Amino acid sequence: MKLYLPRDAAAKALGADAVADAILSHAARLGVTVDLVRNGSRGMVWLEPLAEVDTAAGRLAFGPMTPADVPGLFVDLGLHPKALGLTEALPWMAGQTRLTFARVGVIDPLSLADYQAHGGLSGLRRALAMPPAGIVAEVLASGLRGRGGAGFPTGIKWKTVAEATADRKYIVCNADEGDSGTFADRMLMEGDPFTLIEGMIIAGVAVGATKGFVYLRSEYPDAIVVMTEAVALARAAGLLGASVLSIGPAFDIEVRTGAGAYVCGEETSLLNSLEGKRGVVRAKPPLPALQGFLGKPTVVNNVISLATIPAIFEMGAAFYKGFGLGRSLGTVPLQIAGNVARGGLFECAFGLSLTQIIDDIAGGTATGRAVKAVQVGGPLGAYFPRSMFHLPFGYEEYASADGLIGHAGIVVFDDTADMLTQARFAMEFCAIESCGKCTPCRIGAVRGVETLDRIARGDTAAIPLLTDLCQTMKAGSLCALGGFTPYPVMSALTHFPDDFSPLKEAAE
Amino acid sequence: MHRCPMLPPSADPKTRLPQSVPQSLPEIMAEILADHRGLEGALLPILHAVQAAWGHIPQAVLPLIAHDLNISRAEVHGVVSFYHDFREHPAGRHVIKLCRAEACQAMGSDRVASHAKQVLGIDWHGTTPDGRVTLEPVFCLGLCACAPAALVDGRVVGRVDEARFDALLAEGAL
Repeated sequence: MKLYLPRDAAAKALGADAVADAILSHAARLGVTVDLVRNGSRGMVWLEPLAEVDTAAGRLAFGPMTPADVPGLFVDLGLHPKALGLTEALPWMAGQTRLTFARVGVIDPLSLADYQAHGGLSGLRRALAMPPAGIVAEVLASGLRGRGGAGFPTGIKWKTVAEATADRKYIVCNADEGDSGTFADRMLMEGDPFTLIEGMIIAGVAVGATKGFVYLRSEYPDAIVVMTEAVALARAAGLLGASVLSIGPAFDIEVRTGAGAYVCGEETSLLNSLEGKRGVVRAKPPLPALQGFLGKPTVVNNVISLATIPAIFEMGAAFYKGFGLGRSLGTVPLQIAGNVARGGLFECAFGLSLTQIIDDIAGGTATGRAVKAVQVGGPLGAYFPRSMFHLPFGYEEYASADGLIGHAGIVVFDDTADMLTQARFAMEFCAIESCGKCTPCRIGAVRGVETLDRIARGDTAAIPLLTDLCQTMKAGSLCALGGFTPYPVMSALTHFPDDFSPLKEAAE
Repeated sequence: MHRCPMLPPSADPKTRLPQSVPQSLPEIMAEILADHRGLEGALLPILHAVQAAWGHIPQAVLPLIAHDLNISRAEVHGVVSFYHDFREHPAGRHVIKLCRAEACQAMGSDRVASHAKQVLGIDWHGTTPDGRVTLEPVFCLGLCACAPAALVDGRVVGRVDEARFDALLAEGAL
């Protein structure tokens, strides 16, 4: 009997390990031999721990499981109270276009054989048969843009590094996924780590780099374990090492652990951190593509950007480009979080509206109350009111509405949220996490908290001061931390003025 | 001259110190430094190893690291003090990290944090007088669809409301 139960951190956080223990001990009691695969998560977090039983008809889903539900898996499956039917037929699964996450939740994350049986390494094999310039051209043609949030065309970055001359070049994977509401990088690394390794190898071959780093945040202990083991397995199998698959150039990967600094998700402070320095932002130019890690040409890409590369090479740039809208091409793993009835990861083409995402896919709030605001793109993203939910999900579409899609995290708040409190938190977070290099960020964020406290006390004269401060931070900071903190603050002020009004308490 | 202070009591149950063969701090440091020789940008991996060994970064290791990497002691201190993860003092026997970020806020994490502080009688970064629990804020554990989230001695926990927090404390897990 073959069963699947995720090892994904979200499943574990909801009790998956206890369910796994119950499955093994109950099977032993019955004398039944079970093959229990600890897979990645299918992304339906409200159903975790989600067990799957392999049957002739396909994989049947059961969830959310508790140890008490386990004995039912060993009798008539149709009568199980947590039976959900075929996993692939569930509306959440059927509504997706899973390209980057095609194997996540399907395979054993640490089985290279399973990986290859599901299309793994076919992208790399195709890339290895191409000249390096051809690989770069394919990425350019795919229209892939940085999924970390900045949206810079991945192919152009690779081209810059490929054309630079140096004795050493590097591939750095930014796995410092610090934005609240985002967990796609974590799920990918825990559920299909070889995809990221394959993408990094293709990047290395394309630009002439022989060394890669995965800079993985310390807040992800489970992802660190899986990623480290996957790299060791890849090395043992000859996928990494002196010659990739015995036919390619040398390439190896090292997993590095961050140390709890949000700003290290910014590429230049990440590079400083990787070099063993304080994670202080660097001025650009020079671009990391020309002078990055240890001053050498370096590709710095997000986990999802790199993990999408194998799919692009497996299915072709033209296929990938066929999804999306405008200049936002391909698919995006939406991470639906916060106060939602059905939260999790949903990969689809760009272009959905927040109404579709929140009302239809996520089923509204968990508390059952009205949705008040949605923060898109992490702690530096704007808060949108329902009147803006029609915006199609895309880089330019959100930028033109004074927001950003960021890493595609979507955090929903119900009508009990106070937007002045949220604006104050944005400033407080910036003050805590500022690297200290730029004065508008380092000092401005502290003054921002004080100014919002004045407004909270009913001093509306402080509102123009806050607006002015936000302008200064936006224009005078080197990186997105100081530069984008004004997005959540100003969007809260603009779209929810009642929460900043001195009449607020009287009205309540 | 490298001083050789008494080893502080280990805060981490997964300490690398063998119980039977006591080693001095310089001896353990020599091992850690040897393990990381040749790494590009070795300082963070070294500091993680130091914290795994002693549960914090003892002042006495700074000159040893500085000497080995040929950087100043001030530079090592600058790096230690920059990152939230590195402690200058030992933590309690158990460390509870509660997520303070937006997705958890949307599910009531501020309320849970106030409750935790009240039950434990400490503020953020504080340790209970009996040395049992240290309470720390964390900004996102990637568990945003099962918020509020916590990390208890490195173990992930989802949907932590006040009752779940009390259960965690009572479970004997702590």
